[in-house]
Amino acid sequence: MTVLFTAGLIAYLAGAVAGIAGVRAPRRARIGAFSFALVGALLEIVAAIGALAQGGVTAWTLPSGVPLFSWAIRVNALSACFNLTLGILAAAVSIYSFGYVRAMEGRRNIGVLGCFYNILLLSLTLVFVAGNAFFFLVAWEVMALAAWALVSFEHEKARTRRAGMLFLIMSHAGSGLLLVGFLILARASGSLDFATFHHAASALPAWQQGAVFLLFFLGFGVKAGVVPLHVWLPEAHPVSPSNISALMSGIVIKTGIYGMALVFFDFFDAPPAWAGILVLGAGVLSALLGVLYALMEHDLKRLLAYHSIENIGIILIGFGAAMVFRALGHPAMAGVALIAGLYHTLNHAIFKSLLFLGAGSVHYSTGTRNMEEMGGLIRPMPVTALCFLIGAVAISGLPPLNGFVSEWLTYQALLAGFGSTQTLTRVIFPIAGALLALTAALAAACFVKAFGISFLALPRSENAAQAHEAPLSMRLGMGFLAAGCVALGLGATWFLPVFDPITEQLIGVRASSALTAANGFAISAGAPHAGTVSTVGIAAMLVLLSALPALFWLVWGRAGRRATGPTWDCGLPGLTADNEYTATGFSKPFRMIFSALYRPRREIQAEYEVSPYYPTAIRFESEIEPSFEKRMYDPLRGWLYRMAGRMRSVQAGSIHAYLAYIFVALLALLLFGVRG
Amino acid sequence: MTGALLKVVAQLVLLLMLAPLVSGFIKTLKARLQMRRGPRLLQSYSNIHKLLRKGMVIPDTASWLFSATPYVVFVATLLAGLMAPMVAADTPIGLFGGVLAVVYLLGLGRFFVALAGLDAGSPFGGLGSSREMTVSALAEPTLMLAVFTVAIGAGSTSLAEIARVAINQQWRFLAPSQALAFAALFLVLIAETGRIPVDNPATHLELTMIHEAMILEYSGPYLALIEWAASIKQLVLMTLMINVFWPFGLSATWSPAGVLAAFGWLALKLLLLSCAVVLVETANAKMRLFRVPELMAVAFTLGALALISTFLF
Repeated sequence: MTVLFTAGLIAYLAGAVAGIAGVRAPRRARIGAFSFALVGALLEIVAAIGALAQGGVTAWTLPSGVPLFSWAIRVNALSACFNLTLGILAAAVSIYSFGYVRAMEGRRNIGVLGCFYNILLLSLTLVFVAGNAFFFLVAWEVMALAAWALVSFEHEKARTRRAGMLFLIMSHAGSGLLLVGFLILARASGSLDFATFHHAASALPAWQQGAVFLLFFLGFGVKAGVVPLHVWLPEAHPVSPSNISALMSGIVIKTGIYGMALVFFDFFDAPPAWAGILVLGAGVLSALLGVLYALMEHDLKRLLAYHSIENIGIILIGFGAAMVFRALGHPAMAGVALIAGLYHTLNHAIFKSLLFLGAGSVHYSTGTRNMEEMGGLIRPMPVTALCFLIGAVAISGLPPLNGFVSEWLTYQALLAGFGSTQTLTRVIFPIAGALLALTAALAAACFVKAFGISFLALPRSENAAQAHEAPLSMRLGMGFLAAGCVALGLGATWFLPVFDPITEQLIGVRASSALTAANGFAISAGAPHAGTVSTVGIAAMLVLLSALPALFWLVWGRAGRRATGPTWDCGLPGLTADNEYTATGFSKPFRMIFSALYRPRREIQAEYEVSPYYPTAIRFESEIEPSFEKRMYDPLRGWLYRMAGRMRSVQAGSIHAYLAYIFVALLALLLFGVRG
Repeated sequence: MTGALLKVVAQLVLLLMLAPLVSGFIKTLKARLQMRRGPRLLQSYSNIHKLLRKGMVIPDTASWLFSATPYVVFVATLLAGLMAPMVAADTPIGLFGGVLAVVYLLGLGRFFVALAGLDAGSPFGGLGSSREMTVSALAEPTLMLAVFTVAIGAGSTSLAEIARVAINQQWRFLAPSQALAFAALFLVLIAETGRIPVDNPATHLELTMIHEAMILEYSGPYLALIEWAASIKQLVLMTLMINVFWPFGLSATWSPAGVLAAFGWLALKLLLLSCAVVLVETANAKMRLFRVPELMAVAFTLGALALISTFLF
């Protein structure tokens, strides 16, 4: 297992070298970098499956020669599970990239893309297996830098550079918080090893527990895109190439989730109940605001990016519920809630990458990300459309695909909250469930819009009319993930035992046997009679019952003629794409109903010659207010600039003043050291 | 195995045959209340039979999704119906899913109908899809709160379990939580089945329509499947409400005598609930679309109160 794991890392490294070596030979760089990445991903998948099957912890350390720093690798069930997810995504995205990146040959520097792509995969793998805080932070930083390089890949656009910078700044602010958190833990445990952090946080005094929790929650929350720390996400994910967006939304933001799982369930024995409620609340807020902002987007990739915020929220609802249950002493319920969160992490990784790859295929063949310029793509791009549809059904949480399973488990976890003794929990949990239902319904509306406007009806632009199907490798990559959505949905009961070692490691219960009923045919809600669902059964029944309409057709319908005719055009001469409902129009009811949140602004200018009722040209402009940017980040930035302005007087530029500062600082440190 | 199959077939027949009757009854009664003669009671059956035999016109702009949707919505709705207790608490395929699966299967049907509305490229279809998804999104949290209220009472999301608990506590519907949840669910029923004051099922080609706008391009057998599915959905939601809140006469098992008696009770209760729907439809005018959120806010408040009162009383 360790051999396979190391071989995978070496393959990534080789991919990075192959990329950088091929800066002048784009074809060689592309094939080299993505082949090595694919090999590395497959090796990591096998290694992760091996680690999960074997169970327990495998740890090994390579000395680095630098004090306090060692290559401490620790593979346990949690990290193996995240590495498995990473491997699956990396394999699919690497296959996809062969075709996707080919179109960039001669126009962009593919060598650099391939190099950073492999470095990103390498650092992600190391983040999930780092067994020591120092090593973790190093891998974390490499990951952030590689991701920044990839986000800024199309750097000739000012918007891309700005998005990359925003990502970098927020990412580092988050890392700073993590560093402080780790230092507090290290002081308590006397070591930087994660093994010594086990339950160490719960031994701290109450106020320090709170501080550690908040530091990690905010630090990891930035990376995960928790509202209100999400503002970088809808900027950075859309501007990168689509294969990178798929990795960013699929797995890079999940490093935040991994970190939270590690801290909340491993470093803490049982975090205080208010912490659980806070995570739950942040989850509900992220889910709801994420989907509401997604509804307003017409940029397909920005829409998907906002949905990542929504799904991170759903994951955190599961995590928050698990934390509350742990704090109240219900480990079995906590197991169900944690599995709900982890299963949604895996599911979201699969379907969100699938959707981003689908959006990438659309961009590849139409050259646009604006949904208002797409339409009718289901005919020229049938495979892409089918894959995107599968992803859309899955992310909307509809049966029998994987999104339904994890949302069902989340509902069950929230319902179980009523069994707790605390009145607050008993009220908050079902209300959170109702808001989750609202989120799911809004997500379904949003994906009706995303799929319907982009893929159905008539093409809305010349580019969309001339679209063509994506090349085989891209279709393969998407098909692989679409199959994953179906498999994780229908085979949910076979995948649930994968989480057993994780829940055992984190909270000491094995929950999967309680979660399966009827010999693995159905998923149960964790207790007998608490409710079951069987996605296999639902799928089988859906197929069997379709015999009924077929029978009706045989008995009555055969005589009927089937003709094609024009769509009713309201009496106008011929239906054109201009008559179609637009994405803006589709989301109009939501814009009006939730106007308190959006604060929409619109401007209509009509030019006319004779009467205003016969305009010759109309210009319509509509935008919503980016509330968080305007009300939270703009004041913060202003304050930072003002503070920096005041600091300028200290920076006098005189060497004597600087020497004095150094002297004072030294003195202060010495005094501090003597006193301590 | 044969027993289970028999139950499935029996409930399928019940769903398929009873649904048009309920829709027809509501139509006829509404006409009578408005001093019209209205269609005869069995007209819905004739309509479905007629549409199934007719030819159809598929819009030339539509894709395969347009043809797949009638099947998906029909099958998904039927499957949801099979999970609901109709005449016996012991649902035929209760293991396959409970109340959450029912809600989400109805959502699956709606998702595809809304997509088909956009598929033909007509502005009416898009308008209908947009409004349908809006109204259902607003109704969803209330539906879930009401569902949670009964699920919490029974300690299960399995409908068989919920119905069994309800049978054992016949008078529970008088409890504040149950009464409030029932009221909330009634408003959801009106919104989800496209009834006045949210939508008008009797209009075609008006700018106020929702469901009819989405399916404007359908004709012949496809239209028959979609309309049949819509009436089955209405029946499923009504059956759920009455069997969960007024379980009188609901048989615990599939004994022939119990089932027959339960069928009589079911018919009677459906009659009562249909009368309530008709009264609401007749006494109200259709709301503006942007007044619907207020109605749904009322429903949500009722649902939240229901939930809170489960442990206050």
